[in-house]
Order: sequence, then structure tokens, then C-alpha cells
Amino acid sequence: MEYVTGRGPVRAVEGVSFSIAPGEVFGLAGESGCGKSTVAHAIMRILRPPAIITGGRIFFQGKDVLSMSDEELERFRWASVSMVFQSAMNSLNPVMTIGDQIVDAITSHSDLSKKQAWERAAELLEIVGIEPSRLRSYPHQLSGGMRQRAVIATALALNPPLMIMDEPTTALDVVVQKEIMQQIEELKDKLGFSILFITHDLSLLVEFSDRIAIMYAGEIVEMAPARELFDNPLHPYTYGLMNSFPSISGEKRKLTGIPGSPPDLLHPPSGCRFHPRCPYVQPLFKEVAPRLREVTPGHFVACHLYDGCQPGQSQVSLQAAVGGELKFGEKPK
Amino acid sequence: MATTDPKDKVDTVEVSPTGQAMVIPSTSPTPRTERWRWVKMMLANRKALVGFVIIGVFILMAIFAPIIAPGDPNAFVGPPNQPPSRQYILGTNGQGADMFAQLVWGARTSLGIAFAVGIVTTLIGIVIGMTAGYVGGRVDDILSMLMNIVLIIPGLPLLVVLATFLPPGPLTIVLVLAATGWPWGARVLRSQTLSLREKDFVAAAIVSGESAPRIIFREILPNMTSIVVAGFFGSVTYAIGAEAGLEFLGLGNVSTVTWGTILFWAQNNAGLLTGAWWTFVPAGLAIALVAFAFSLINYAVDEITNPRLRAEREGSHVLRKHKIPFSRATPVLRAKQESAAGGR
Amino acid sequence: MIFASFRGQLRPEQLKSLKEAYGFVEGPLWKQYLTYLGQIASLNFGISISSFPAKVTTVISTGLAWTLLLGAVTLVIGFLLGNFLGVLAAWKRGGWVDTVLPPLTIFVGSFPYFWLAMLLLFLLGFKMGVFPMGHAYADNLAPQLSMKFIWSVIYHMILPAFTIIIVSIGGWLLGMRNTMISVLGEDYVAMAEAKGLPQRRVMLNYAARNALLPSVTSFGMALGFVVSGQIVTEIVFSYPGVGYQLYRAVQNLDYPLMQALFLMITLAVLVANLLVDILYVRLDPRVRVS
Repeated sequence: MEYVTGRGPVRAVEGVSFSIAPGEVFGLAGESGCGKSTVAHAIMRILRPPAIITGGRIFFQGKDVLSMSDEELERFRWASVSMVFQSAMNSLNPVMTIGDQIVDAITSHSDLSKKQAWERAAELLEIVGIEPSRLRSYPHQLSGGMRQRAVIATALALNPPLMIMDEPTTALDVVVQKEIMQQIEELKDKLGFSILFITHDLSLLVEFSDRIAIMYAGEIVEMAPARELFDNPLHPYTYGLMNSFPSISGEKRKLTGIPGSPPDLLHPPSGCRFHPRCPYVQPLFKEVAPRLREVTPGHFVACHLYDGCQPGQSQVSLQAAVGGELKFGEKPK
Repeated sequence: MATTDPKDKVDTVEVSPTGQAMVIPSTSPTPRTERWRWVKMMLANRKALVGFVIIGVFILMAIFAPIIAPGDPNAFVGPPNQPPSRQYILGTNGQGADMFAQLVWGARTSLGIAFAVGIVTTLIGIVIGMTAGYVGGRVDDILSMLMNIVLIIPGLPLLVVLATFLPPGPLTIVLVLAATGWPWGARVLRSQTLSLREKDFVAAAIVSGESAPRIIFREILPNMTSIVVAGFFGSVTYAIGAEAGLEFLGLGNVSTVTWGTILFWAQNNAGLLTGAWWTFVPAGLAIALVAFAFSLINYAVDEITNPRLRAEREGSHVLRKHKIPFSRATPVLRAKQESAAGGR
Repeated sequence: MIFASFRGQLRPEQLKSLKEAYGFVEGPLWKQYLTYLGQIASLNFGISISSFPAKVTTVISTGLAWTLLLGAVTLVIGFLLGNFLGVLAAWKRGGWVDTVLPPLTIFVGSFPYFWLAMLLLFLLGFKMGVFPMGHAYADNLAPQLSMKFIWSVIYHMILPAFTIIIVSIGGWLLGMRNTMISVLGEDYVAMAEAKGLPQRRVMLNYAARNALLPSVTSFGMALGFVVSGQIVTEIVFSYPGVGYQLYRAVQNLDYPLMQALFLMITLAVLVANLLVDILYVRLDPRVRVS
């Protein structure tokens, strides 16, 4: 999909394709601005102009989301897919009580009476660990962690099969973050919904998701089961991301970032979009864009380094593909 | 959604002298090249262009008055209250003077007063507003209180009372209007100065030993040019209407020719009751057009400086081109073949 | 000043009693001023020069009543209508409400109040005779609580009210529209839409309700301008409100009346601002202190 700007269209997301199974936690990671939030908002079609969806398909349980009428969309939203926004403070209406906002979602999708809706809302707050009396509080009267939990409670209101979580813990401090993540995990196990978990914190994803996709400059560059991705990152960008996080336990490593910065999507680099920052770049990479291919069962990567690999071939790794010392933190040639 | 620094995302709403609420977008220091880009964008904007053209016409009218309508505009040229004819394209007023000449010469004084007021209020606003914002503390408290006092007192009654005690004339009007109109711009400049003061480039200037006045005028002020200019236009708009109001009430010098005094005489000579519409319609229309032109320019400046307003406009062009009906959901624009093959 | 002009014509005793009636005391200027302030505190503004021997307070109270009537009607209608149209304009950006109304209302908003008043008076009052040419009620009626009187009042109020409303509506409309556009970009509106709530609910309860707050804030400031506009409109229509009285007071150099009117008007605006502040606290839960 693209954004119309005064200087030309900006293709924010290109060729992103994945599916989520029931009960699965699917992680989507990448730097700020890589398009992951855009994908999430596009699924529910809440992106605002000048954003336009210019191609592709979105199917939910067999239904085509992109051709839904406004009324169908209204029914679809929240009941089939709900979303936990990044900043709870900003996503809650400051002039309405928490209770009102939860009840809103309930009454517009079901025939429950006001009273029943309020009872349900109280239940939801209890599930996430908030006192039901807080239903009458306004958002600014709650702490950051409580607000986030209230938002999660709202998202659960209609028992949707899929919940999208857009950086739900980024704005919180580490201790609260841990609590919230545990809460989400418990809820998921109990209620059985799928989660599309979006974040730039890869370590969080590796712990929590079943499968992970890494996005860069609007495209998916690698997709694999979580453990597999952690043990064997194939794309140089993924490798760089892994090395960017310090670990409290474990040996001391030299922290390397990834030199350079994300590309300007108005004029993306030719060929492989990562080539300006890749230490293993070859002339071909600047011309031809790599396609996402399955190189080992369940493990997809979009990188020319693996052009020669056949599916089923074992011993695929970045080290092998590069043939030697893995380097990072160096300027590309 | 893009992550923005919450400190930068503060849009404030101010009410301009004409009662319009303007959204003042957040500030971040604009680099030199950026500062003149908006000038170019203004000229490209249709609304601003119309505004400039209208004002241009009237300014030319004022400058070339002696050539367009030679002679004394108050001179008796024919029977009073004559309707427009080939000889006198706007007819004659209650005293038998040529209405067209009155209008043209009136432009001089009216526009002169309005621009003078604009300049004076802008200057006062810069000095007081920026001092209050930059120095802070007690000085700020005192100046803010002064601003609030002048702001809260309703304009016209104050103007009326002031004008009765001063000798009638254009100078009085300029003084009185400036004395009541300066706080609007000053307040906006003060709050912008307050937020710009916290920025790094000011800290750098302080550390490198620049004196306070130099910082205010060389560092901070250039970053506020768009607001200062918008304030100037707002003041002129206010002045044009307010001076007409005062003169209409008879508080200006009724023997000078201005658009407001034309209306005063029309009312007093019962032009309404004799059906002589040409004695008041053109002058009022001129005032309205000038005020409208400035408002248009301000409206265009709003659109240009507020990226949100602009972004949505650009998007809607594309949608309209492809005839996509209005909906709050993200629009889907497919190539023709795809929608025929895919879809439901 | 006033007494100097009389000196030649009155005998000293008459002058003295006149002075007393007007509340002038002998003594230095500051003593006179203090006495005056004291009198104001007890709402004793003295006697009006032009409407002698009526007291200033009597003169003002009738004017105030008429002004408040006209003012309340025009403010309520203008504010509600303007804000509502602003909400619609922002909601359907690029729709006809958004394209036509803002420039149109800016244009009409640029008309000087008194000029539009003159125009309407001329067209609808004089030329077409549809509406009365002035005053608050028909000259042959006396104030009474009858349908006939009330209807006459309404009938006479239509033109002045219409003038004020259509000149001021642009301000409300544009302010609300711009604020709404900002609000519509907020996350809580996106979440409300994501919740699948009906459009109207999102527009009113989530967006407009929040956009209303800055609108109410600017109401207090815009009030000053509407008051000024109302004053000149009253003058053109000879509507017997405080505006018209101020005009007459200026013409007759009735200083006691002028000062009192000025004070009254300022006070009224201050009180209105106070009420608006109270209203704001009721509307925005974030500023309430529990």
C-alpha cells in the first residue's frame, strides 16, 4: 500500500504476505518506520488518507476484508479482529470512563442490555487484574500499566479469534512490561486466540512467539519459527538485530549496531533494499530484488546469499553462505 | 503510526482578531531553506493567490488615486443621490460628491490606517511577547497580566470610550486600535518563544555567550516568521473592520474621506431610506473584500503550515479521480484486471 | 467640563443642587473619584444626563434586558450551528460542506457587522418590506405578556439576530473544523473506529466531544467580538439594547451613562467568561480536582 504525498507516492508496504493459524502467536519485528504498524492498521482498514491500499488480499476465515462494505467492516471489526494500540494513554478517549468505552464495544456488536454489558465489562477488568470499581475511572486516573491492561480488557470484550498487539509494552518500564507479557500469555492459553505481535524488541518476540517475520523497508526479509530464527538467523539484517541486544546473562559480547539508517521510501534503493547497509553485498544485489524463498522447511528468507540453496538441503546458515568470518559493524564495501 | 516526540506534538489553538480559531502547529527550528519554501507554496496555493490579487488591486487603487479620480473627492459635482450613470459610475452621495472618487480616495486612508495598525501591533507584539516569553519570571507575570487585561475588555466599548476623549482623526484611530489590538499577536509570540527557548539551538547560543537581545532577534525570531506574518495579516484584517466601525459611529474625523466615513454619511443622510444603495454598498463591499482577502491568505497559511490539513487534501484528490465513494475505512485501489479476477 | 458649559446659564444655587444630584462632591479630584467608586459599589451610578431625571441604573436595566435577550439567542444559535457544521465539514473532508461552507462563511464573516445590517435593512426592510425597520417591538404596543407582544418581539429580532449569526458563524465553524481535523488524527478515534462503533457515535462521542474543549475555550475570547458586533448591529436597527444606548450616550456626551454602560458591558463579558470556565471544568474530566 502507499501514501500519496506532494512529492510522489511512497510505497510503504510491498509484497508482504503471511498467514496466521488459530491459537498461534505470530511476531512481526523491525525498525521504526519499516511498515509493521502499517500492516496491522491495514488489516483492520483503519489507515487514513493519504494512505491507499493498492493491491493484495486480506482474508479472514475465508472472507475478503478488502471488498467488505462499510457495514460488514463495522461488524468485522473487534468481533473478528481486535487491536491493542501502542500507547494506551492515547488510545483511550480522555473524556469517557473506562467502563463506558468497554461497554461501547459490547453494545454495538451484541444485543446485551446496558446492565449486562456493564457486568461483562466488570468481568473483563477482573480477568486482566483490575478492580471492577475502576470502571468508573477516567483514563488519566489510572497508572500506565493499568491503562494498558484496560486496553487489553477492551480488546478481549468480544472474544475475537485474532488480536493484533502493536507494541503494547514499549511505553512501559521493564518490570511492568514483564507483568503484562505474562498476563497476555495466560490469557492466550486460557482463551485460545491468535496474536499478531508487533514490536521492535526482538528478544521479546523470541520468547513469546511461535513464528516470527522480520520486516525491512516495507518488505518481509525473513520468516521462520521463533526458535529456528534465534538459533539460525539467515538474513544479515536479522543477524545484525540479534547482535544489537545486550543480554544480562551470558558472556559479554561486543555490541554492534547496524551501520547506516533505514532508506527513504520515496526513493528506495534499487535491487535488494538492504544492500547499502549489508557487509556482504555483491554487484548483483544492487540490481535484482531478492524474493522470499523457503530454504529450509518453514524457514523463508529474501536474500541473494541463499540463491544457490535448495529446499531440503541441510546445514544452511549465514556463516556457511558467507563462507567464513561473520562480520558486522563494518562499513559495506 | 509514526512515533513523534510528545513534546513536539503540541498543537495550540488561538483565536485570531477576527474571531477565527487558528491551529498553531508545534515548533521545531526550521532550517534556512525551509523558511522560504512556504513563501513559494503560498504563491502556488489558489486561495492565497486570489487573496493577494484582491489586495493588490486595492493597493494599486490607493496609490494611483490622483490619476484614477483626479480632483477633490469631497467636491460637489452634481445633484445629490444620483444613481450610477455613465458620467458617475457609482453615482453621487448625499452631498453631491462623486461616489467613485470617494471610494478610490477612501482606499488610501483606509488601507493606510489598516497597514499602520498592522505594523505597530506586530512590533509591539514582538517586543512584548518575546520579552515575556524569553525572560520569564516576574517580567512575564506582569506582561501576561497586562495582556490578559487588555484582552478581556470588550473591544468596541473600549474603543468608543477612548476615542471620545481623544481628538478625532486617523492618527487617533491608529493609536486606539493598536492599543487594543496588540495582545493577540503578543500572546501567540510569547507561547512560541517559550517553547523555542527550550530548544538546543538556543542553549548553544547562550553557552557561546550571545547576548539576550541578540538571541531573541537573530536566533528565535527568524524561526517564527510565518507566525509573525500571519499575525500581521490578522491585525490588518481586524483594523480594516474596526476602523470602519469607529468611523461609522462618527468617532473618526468625518471630513476625511475613508470607507468608514462614507458609510457614516450614508447612514446620516438616510441613504437607506431614499433607496440610494450606491452610497453605502460599494464602500462596505470594499471593506469586506479586503478583509476577505486577508482571511483567505491566513486560511491558506493554515493549510500550508499544518501538515495534517495538507496531507488529507492531497489524498482526497486521488480518491476523487478514481471515483471512490466516501468512507472512513482505508480506501482500496486496485488495478482493473485484479479486481475483475479477485474480489468476491 | 459639563458644568462649565452650564455656568453661564444657571444661578449658583441651582448649579449646586444640580451638582449634588449628580453626586459631585467638593474637594480634590481623588476624593471625587473615591466617592464615585463607592457609589458604584452600591450600584448607584447617578443620574443620566440625557434622560434626566431618570437614574442611570434604570436606563441601563431595560437596555441590558434587551441586549441579553438578543445576545443569548444569537450566541446559542451561532455557537451550536457553527460547531455542528464544523464537525460535519471535518468529518467528510472534501465533501461539499467542507468545500463550500468555509470559504463562504469566511467571506460573509469579513463583512463589517454594521454594513451587513445596513444591507439587510435596506433589502428586506425597505425595499421588500418583509421585516420591520427597527426597534424591539411594534411602536403601537406596550410591553405585556401577551402572544401578540411576544410575536412582535420575535419578529423584530429576526433581522438583527440573523445579521449577527451569519457574520459570526464563520468563526465557530472554522475553529471547530480545524480542531476536529486534529482530533480525528488521534489514536483514540482510530481505536473507536477499530472497535466497529457506528460512525455517528465515533463522530460525536469520541471526536466532537473532545474537539469541543478548545472550542469552548475560544468561546470566551470570541465573546468580546460578538459583543462588539452586537453593539453596532443594535445601532443600525435602533434596537434598544445597551449598544444603542452607548451610541446615544456618546452622541449626547452623557458621561455618567457612558461610563456606567462601559462598566456594565465589561462586567457582563467577565461574568460570561467565568461561566465558560465553569462549563469547561464540567466538560473536561482531566481538570477536575477530586
